[in-house]
Parts: sequence; C-alpha cells; structure tokens
Amino acid sequence: MINNDTALMAHLLRRAGFGANREELEQYLAMGYDGAVDALLNPSDPGNMPDDLIRRYHVEQSELRDLPGSAAYWMYRMISTSCPMEEKIALFWHGLFATGYAKLNQARSLLNQVDMFRRSGLGSYEDLLGDLSQDPAMIIWLDNNENHGSAINENYGRELLELFSMGIGNYSEDDIKECSRAFTGWTLGNAEYMAIRAAKDSIWPYGRIAWHFDYREEDHDDGEKTFLGETGRFNGQDIIRIIVKQDSTARFVATRLFQFFAADVISEAGEKAVQAMTATYFSSGYKIRDMMRTLFLSDYFKSEEARFARVKGPVEMVVGAIRMAGSYQNPALGIEKVSNTMLYMGQGLLQPPTVEGWHEGSEWINSGALVERVNFAAKELSDVRSPGVRSIIDRLEASADQGVLDPSDLADGCLDLLGPIQVSDETRSILVEYASRNGDLDLSDHQPGDEAEQRVGNMLRLVAATREYQLA
Amino acid sequence: MTSNKREKSLIVIQLSGGNDYLNTVVPYSDGSYYDNRSVVNIPQNKVIPINDKLGFNPSMGPVKALWDEGKVAVINGIGYENPNRSHFRSMDIWHTAEPDTIGKEGWLGRAIRDMDPQGDNVLTGINFGRGLPRALAVPGVSVASVGDLETYGLFPDVQDEELRMFTLEAFSRMYGNTAGRDPVMELLGRTGQDALLGADILRTAPAKYSSSVEYAPNALAQNVKSISQVFHANLGSRVLYTQHGPFDTHSGELPTHAKLWDEVAGAIGCLMDDLKEHGTEDDATILVFSEFGRRIKDNGSGSDHGSGGVAFMIGGAVNGGMYGEYPSLVEAEQIEGDLRSNNDFRSVYTEILEDWLELDAPSIVNGQFEKHGILKS
Repeated sequence: MINNDTALMAHLLRRAGFGANREELEQYLAMGYDGAVDALLNPSDPGNMPDDLIRRYHVEQSELRDLPGSAAYWMYRMISTSCPMEEKIALFWHGLFATGYAKLNQARSLLNQVDMFRRSGLGSYEDLLGDLSQDPAMIIWLDNNENHGSAINENYGRELLELFSMGIGNYSEDDIKECSRAFTGWTLGNAEYMAIRAAKDSIWPYGRIAWHFDYREEDHDDGEKTFLGETGRFNGQDIIRIIVKQDSTARFVATRLFQFFAADVISEAGEKAVQAMTATYFSSGYKIRDMMRTLFLSDYFKSEEARFARVKGPVEMVVGAIRMAGSYQNPALGIEKVSNTMLYMGQGLLQPPTVEGWHEGSEWINSGALVERVNFAAKELSDVRSPGVRSIIDRLEASADQGVLDPSDLADGCLDLLGPIQVSDETRSILVEYASRNGDLDLSDHQPGDEAEQRVGNMLRLVAATREYQLA
Repeated sequence: MTSNKREKSLIVIQLSGGNDYLNTVVPYSDGSYYDNRSVVNIPQNKVIPINDKLGFNPSMGPVKALWDEGKVAVINGIGYENPNRSHFRSMDIWHTAEPDTIGKEGWLGRAIRDMDPQGDNVLTGINFGRGLPRALAVPGVSVASVGDLETYGLFPDVQDEELRMFTLEAFSRMYGNTAGRDPVMELLGRTGQDALLGADILRTAPAKYSSSVEYAPNALAQNVKSISQVFHANLGSRVLYTQHGPFDTHSGELPTHAKLWDEVAGAIGCLMDDLKEHGTEDDATILVFSEFGRRIKDNGSGSDHGSGGVAFMIGGAVNGGMYGEYPSLVEAEQIEGDLRSNNDFRSVYTEILEDWLELDAPSIVNGQFEKHGILKS
C-alpha cells in the first residue's frame, strides 16, 4: 500500500528537513523528485514565525541574552520554516564547527554564527571557512583573540586543520604553527575587554555587547611561512585557499555530509556516493550545494539501503514530531521546556559538549535518552487536538470504505501517514494486534476528541514508540 | 561480589548557580567580612558558631546538629587554579574534572563504568531530576534519569492505567527479540528493555521503603526522599545524584539564600535521620558542592560570580571537622576580588573514588591528588 514515490520523497524530507506531513509531501511530489531537490537546496523565503510576534510572548527572545531563550528561538525557526534544508544545513555546521555557550556567555553571537551558516552553509567551502575564521563566537571559542604576532596560540590553527578540514595525519606540527601565524591579528573588536567579560560571565554595566570581527594589522605576523609545502607571506585567507585544495579536505567534507544526510555508517555502496561527492567538490569549486545535489540524486541515496540508515538526532526527533503534529505554530509560554527536552535527550542547541560536537548515530541511544525520546514523540503525536493529528484522522477516514477501518487498515494507515515508515513484520503484527483491541474502527461520524479519534491517537502513540521511528 | 557487606553509595547534592561561601560558612569574627559585605552579610548574633572564627548560616541548623555529632566535613577554599566565573564552564570543570581542556566524560560516569563495566545493573547510577548532569555522562554508560519516582517510565501521560499497561506490553514486545538484527536495531531493543527494566525495578522502591521521617514538600527534599527510597530498596545503586538552586544570588540574596539553605539543610537532616532509622548511616556518604563561590564585596543587594568555594561531605563514615584553609579576605591575597582557592576539588574526588567507591582514582580525575583523610579508614 505504500507508494514508492511517496516513500522516496519522505526519505528526502527526513534528510533535507525534519520529516514532512502528507500535505507537505504532496507539494513536493508535485515538483517531481529532481525539482524537490532543487527547491530544497535553493531556499527562498522561509516564512518564519515573525520576530515581533515572538517578542510579544518572550521578553528573553527579544534580547537573546540567555541560553534557554536563545535555543528556543532557534527551535521556533526550525518548526516554522518552509525551507527546512536551510535550518538542517545550519544544524549540520553547528555540529561540525561546534561552538558552545559555555565559554562565550553570549547567546546572540552564537545565533549570529548560526545565521552565517544559513547564509554561507550551501556555498563554497572556501568562503565558509573564511566566514568561520572571522566569526567572533569562533574566535573566542578557540582563543584566536589570544593568537598574537609576538606569541601564537595554536588552538584555532590546530582545530581548523584537525576538526574542520583535513583531519589528523595530513599535516605536521609545523604546519599548525605556520597556520596559526597566518591567523594572528584575526580578532574581535575590543577583544581584551570582551574576553574578560566572557570569562567573568558579566553583563555589567551594559548588558551583553555585540561582537564584531576586527583585523589588527599590527598584531599580524606578516613574515614568510611554509604551509603544506607552499611558501609565501601568507595571511589566513591564503591558508584557507591551500586547505581547500587538499584531497583530504574534500574527503573530510564529503564524509561528514554523507554521515549527517545519508547514513551513519558508510557501506561499500555508500562509499561510491562519497567518492562522487568528492569529485563534485572539486568540479564545482568546493560548492556544498552541488555536493548535496550529487548525494540526493545518487542511486545510493535513492536505494532502500539508505532508508532509515540514521538514528534521528534529538533535534530531529523533537522538531520532527512537532512539525508532524502541527503544534507550536504560535508562540507558547514555556517553550523553553520543549527545547530543553532536546537537551535531556543529549543535544542542547547552542551547547555542544565540546569542540568535537556531538557523538552521533548509535551514541544517541541510552536508556535515559530513549525514555525521553519515546515519551516526547508519543505525547506529541497522540494528541488528537493538534492540527497535524486531526489531518491524519481525516485522511484515515477518507481512505476507508464508509469510514470504517479494520485493525490492519488502522495500523498501516498510521505507519503510512507518519512516514511512510517501514517496519519489520514483527513490529507490524504487534501494531495490528494493538489496533484490534476494540475491533474495527468507525470514523464515519467522528467528533473532536471522541473515543474513535482517541483510538487513532493511541495507535499513533505506539507507532511513535517503535524502534523504527527512532530512525531517520 | 560475594561479600555480604552492603556496597557503599555516594549521594551528590549539587548547588547550582554558585553558592555564596562567605554567607554559608561565615567568618564572623573577621572585620573585613563586614567591611566588604556591608549589606549582604549575616550579623554576628545570627551566625551559628562552630568555632571562634567561623559559623554556619542561620538556616543550617540541621547541619550544625550533624556537625556536633562529628558527621560533617567542611572543605574550605575548594576550587581550581585560574578560576572561570561562567556557570556553565565552571560546572563543566567540576563535572569532567578537567580544568584546562574541555573534558569529554563525566567523572561519575567514568566511576559507574568502572564499577559496572558490562552495564549489568541499569541502576548503578541514577540522576533525580530530568536530563543528565555531565558528571554522569559517558558515551555507552546507561544512567537512569528520574524526574518523578512515582510516574517514572514510559508513557507517563497516559492516564488510563489499563491502556498504559496494554501499551507498555506492546512496547516490550516491539523491543524484544533483539538477536540477529542489525546492530542499531539490536541496541535499540536492548536499551528499550533496559529502560523498562529500570522503570519496573524503580517502581518497586517506594513499596519496599517505610520510614517515620517526613520530608518537606519542596523539590529538593522530595528528590532526596526518592534517593532514600531507592537506596533503601537495595537495588545496587552506587551513585545517586540530584541538584538544587538557583543559587545565583545577584540580587535579593539574603532571603533567597536563607530559603535555599533551609531546604538543603532540612533535606540533609531528614536523610541522615532516615539513614539512622534504617541502620545505614555508614553505607552512604553525601557530597555537597557548587560550581563556584561569590565575589567578596557585595553589590548592594546580592553578590556576583566569584571563585573559591566550600564543599561538604556528610555521613557516618566521615571524620567531622574542618579541612583546608579558609581563604584570606585580605586584599593582597584575593584573586581579582575573589577568594583564592587553595584546595583542588579533585582531592575530594580522589578520596571518594579510592576510599569510598574503591576505584582507581587517577584515571578518572586525570592525575594524582593528595587526599585530606576525610573518610574513616
């Protein structure tokens, strides 16, 4: 009963977005698969929840000073955007260039960084690394404000090579030093004062002060440098130009994109897709958008093997369930509690645990986190008052003869409309058995919140609690 | 383990937000305390003296009673070099025992892994409260996180108990039969079963427990009561963690701080009474800590983030008394207006790990640290 085009489109939307309800899927299906890929990769107007509306409900989201309010603010964007890939790529870079509130005490600077990911995240990797190296939050996070012409601090130079591009084993300790020298003088305005305030977590006397990039020529080491075999009076931009030409960088970017957007584990068939993405990296002039198009159009991505090959991250889990249920379409007091649920599941927005970001894939799964995941999705998707759930009920009714569903219609219908989700035969038989608890379901005369609707809610709750629902 | 001796447990109460050391253990005979704290001070006649220099905050009556019984260790001037005054970073440092680099693993998560390497007991470590403090977080180590012991588990929002049982049964079957699946499905199955098992076992705890002690209705006291219930149900839980706050008293400090300590001291007093009633006083030790102390000079209404703090260890196995030196308030001894810590927090961790949980401490706290001798040998 599951339609193949629908299943493939749902797969694409789980990866290039946060999953999609049936109405959204139908809009994308009307574009055809290739058209949908292009639409997703070329974000237009996201139609976000308006800031002025948010501010009426949330004072702290006006100032964007504290962590919970700022994390919730980003979550609103993810919930309300009609350009989900824009948020998804920002989330990807946020995990890769993991910058955390802990050291900055400056939520707005982090949100500015996220905005930069939205802006530059699908462009060329060379430009992105350039923007990253000038990003004030990153500069403080990895101490480049302490990287002086007279005395280098290697923190940023090292991570740029190790965690943000080539990976360990592809450069020498001397390369790190030379790279760091090239980034001396790349700092932020009034850096000394700002660093002290960040370390003291002080809002006095002026509240949080906006940060901006500042290049101090007098603090820059303009001498000759030898980096990866090339010699010249390199500045930071020259180093980036050399980094992005390396095979190891291409491989690194392709691999990380693949693992976030295609599969946690790279199989033999997956390896072909990684290689194709690597080739596109060079042929397109390092363009992320082109690499993503190569991936989404690859045979591997469209194959059965790639379906449900990732464990949903907590942000995907929470935002996905909310978008499916259609809840929180307007600002809601207490929204921080909802975004905190992601933290309880192990992924707090704007607070990656370390510069290495989150350990993804199967490491999302532990008993405490699983309880949170199941309880959250089950609660969201069983609430028959939510518009998304109401729409599922209406579709189930319309799909059935005279509005009457037998237990397998009910189980299969819910699996279809929440995904389609593929489940094992065993899981399906347990779902069908569960559905048969009160015999056939007559939805022909359903009223908001009545027992017939609640039976759909119960079914959706159990589908949201399956092992298969944990996967994207 | 074949020993019939009960295994020792550690109970941690984290004071989140930066507890004001100066108003907790008050240097009431030091004039410079009153000079710096012209508004936010504890008057000499309100302090509960513990010696001729120091006294407890007036809200700490139950702690003073335990002090008199020789069960309270006051660990002065605790912290780490180059203090960080960010709540998040400083708490991370305490949680990961890594002051210099950004640490990856929680110290108690590591301890739990070392105590139960195969993860045989899903309840070796439990946090009471939602989410997981980083202290308990290590990839691959399962730690239960209990928001409310009465409703802990899956589908707590399903009111109809019959429907909930029916749903749980289906869940159990869906997560059963893990063998032969791909590794992720297998992991999910095993974890789902662990979660059910943990919830099933934990649900038995309240029934196994009876006590004449009445805990106050505040959140901390209720979490501490849950800790006592689980501890006394003998489920093999070795690390029981909870937190209270916010101690971030930038303004209106005096009433807020008094109320918080009233709750903390009350909960500790109840717990110790409970342990005594059950004859388990020597089997649990309580650690109380905060991420930092507060600025020496008040700001007219409260106090700002500082460094150098105080921790407590409390229990029947504790050699009561003062440990470490109370940092000087003299300006030349200060560090940027704050108390200079003289006492690395990892010494206390080392002592707990080696002498209480009987683990190898250096691999957990990342180095060798001299112990104070707080725990009775």
